Amino acid sequence: MDDRYQPVVSAFQERFAAEMQEFRGEVTLILAPEHIVAAARALRDEFGFDQLVDVTAVDYYPQEEPRFHVVYHIRALEKGMILCLRAPLNGNAPQHFSVESIYPGANWYEREVYDMFGITFSGHSDMRRIIMPADWQGHPLRKDYPLGYEEIQYTFNYNEINLRKPRPKD
Amino acid sequence: MTDIREVSVDELRHLVSDRALSGETMLLNMGPQHPSTHGVLRLLLELDGEIVVNCVPDIGFLHTGVEKNMEAKTYQKAEVMTDRLDYLNPCGNNLTYCLAVEKLCELDVPPRAQAIRVILAELTRINSHLVWLGTSGLDLAAMSIFLYCMVEREKLLDIFEMVSGQRMMTTYIRPGGLWRDVPVEFEDAVGSFIDHFPEELAKYHALLDTNELFLERTKGISTITQKQCIAYGITGPVLRASGMAYDIRKALPYSGYEQYDFNIPTRTEGDIYARYSVRLEEMDESLKIIRQALNKLPYGPVRSNNRKFVPPPRSEIGVSMESLIHHFKLWTEGFTPPKGSVYAVTESPRGELGVFLESDGSPKPYRVHYRTPTFANLQIMPILSRGHFVADVVGAIGSIDIVLGDADR
Repeated sequence: MDDRYQPVVSAFQERFAAEMQEFRGEVTLILAPEHIVAAARALRDEFGFDQLVDVTAVDYYPQEEPRFHVVYHIRALEKGMILCLRAPLNGNAPQHFSVESIYPGANWYEREVYDMFGITFSGHSDMRRIIMPADWQGHPLRKDYPLGYEEIQYTFNYNEINLRKPRPKD
Repeated sequence: MTDIREVSVDELRHLVSDRALSGETMLLNMGPQHPSTHGVLRLLLELDGEIVVNCVPDIGFLHTGVEKNMEAKTYQKAEVMTDRLDYLNPCGNNLTYCLAVEKLCELDVPPRAQAIRVILAELTRINSHLVWLGTSGLDLAAMSIFLYCMVEREKLLDIFEMVSGQRMMTTYIRPGGLWRDVPVEFEDAVGSFIDHFPEELAKYHALLDTNELFLERTKGISTITQKQCIAYGITGPVLRASGMAYDIRKALPYSGYEQYDFNIPTRTEGDIYARYSVRLEEMDESLKIIRQALNKLPYGPVRSNNRKFVPPPRSEIGVSMESLIHHFKLWTEGFTPPKGSVYAVTESPRGELGVFLESDGSPKPYRVHYRTPTFANLQIMPILSRGHFVADVVGAIGSIDIVLGDADR
């Protein structure tokens, strides 16, 4: 691990009981979801991590605990450092906390995570779908959402077509 | 068939001001088929007369489920999807994906492959900036610039066709190196392009720098501060035009960018004109990089020798049983990287392009996420358009150089 990450890692281990992982020189801190807002604030104000690069999620279906990891990449522009935060979430329709108040750029990223994974962020100013249409059923990037491969239908009877369409599980 | 869903006003209430509800301001839908939106972007504009009070971008019309599709393909096959994201920067998308896979599998790339990657990435940057310059010039009523740009772009597409057989969707950069070595004519073709292109750049400057109409519509319009840029995750020319000299190629060099001598053009105004001049200057810097890379283009292999990840050359398959097995295994089953997740970044013509790749040890990526610059940059549309005329919204969209394939994925 790069020595420059040491202060952040030790502070986070002490304050938020974060677990540190290192893979290919990238530092990942895994912390409980309720600490994420405080952690983001500490990163921005104390350690100079000024830009939120990315928020995304990974679905570990059928595993339930944790079912999802919300992954944040936060960068310190001047120092050229990047830190990865992960917040594990349990259950099928988890609640998480928005970091929009600290990094305004998180707005669209969290909307995308909501759209694609069905993770709701409390404290978010505009929790709507962003990429899929507003009336879309299901969350496409979940592992239990079918990829497609619809059977080609030679009928205009829409009831019949709908019966045989792949549908996401609840 | 899904039914038409009714939405209550309360659900979308937070998007507009109180004045819109009383009918004092007008809500106007712009797009998704508006020609100046460079694709399919819908903007909900709240107007007070002709002044924009608020702007709500609506994206997703070009969503193709690339990330989901990549999860169902092996690492080699998934790469083909990446070209289609940002269709003006296919080599950059390939490169970012390959860097992520190489980081995950710890593959080494030979120096010749790295130099060719740099040349192609920079040619792609010029290509992308040419399309941007042509189309955004067209938006701002500078008609002739479009044709000048397209002529040059055609030459670049010919070079891409020469190396990969494809004009746009090249998939030429592969994990561990390149698809194959460049043909013998490549160096001459690139050489004559970079010798000739400075003249063209001078023409662009002559066409626009003193064009009163263009200046009127770009100077002091749609300004953004450096602080706002950082808060909203904006990178690339937009950030550089508001005063911060940040470029991934300098800050976190990849593919041997540290060997080349180039500058990061910056401006402090943060308006449309600043973004325009940063991009034009960037083309100049790209030429510098290409010239240096071409002058010391090393000889040698263009693919890693690690047969567990990179297929053997065609010539070996006929004579070596092991090569045949490797070839068969790699193209049917794929390779199995170790478990873990990596994040690789490159500087795309629009800003920071990142790939988050998570592997579960199987031949298919468990999760691929593209952190695309357009997605981040579009978020500042409300800041850029507030307080300006509707006509300036068009200029603002052009100035952040959006590619909707990049935003919607």
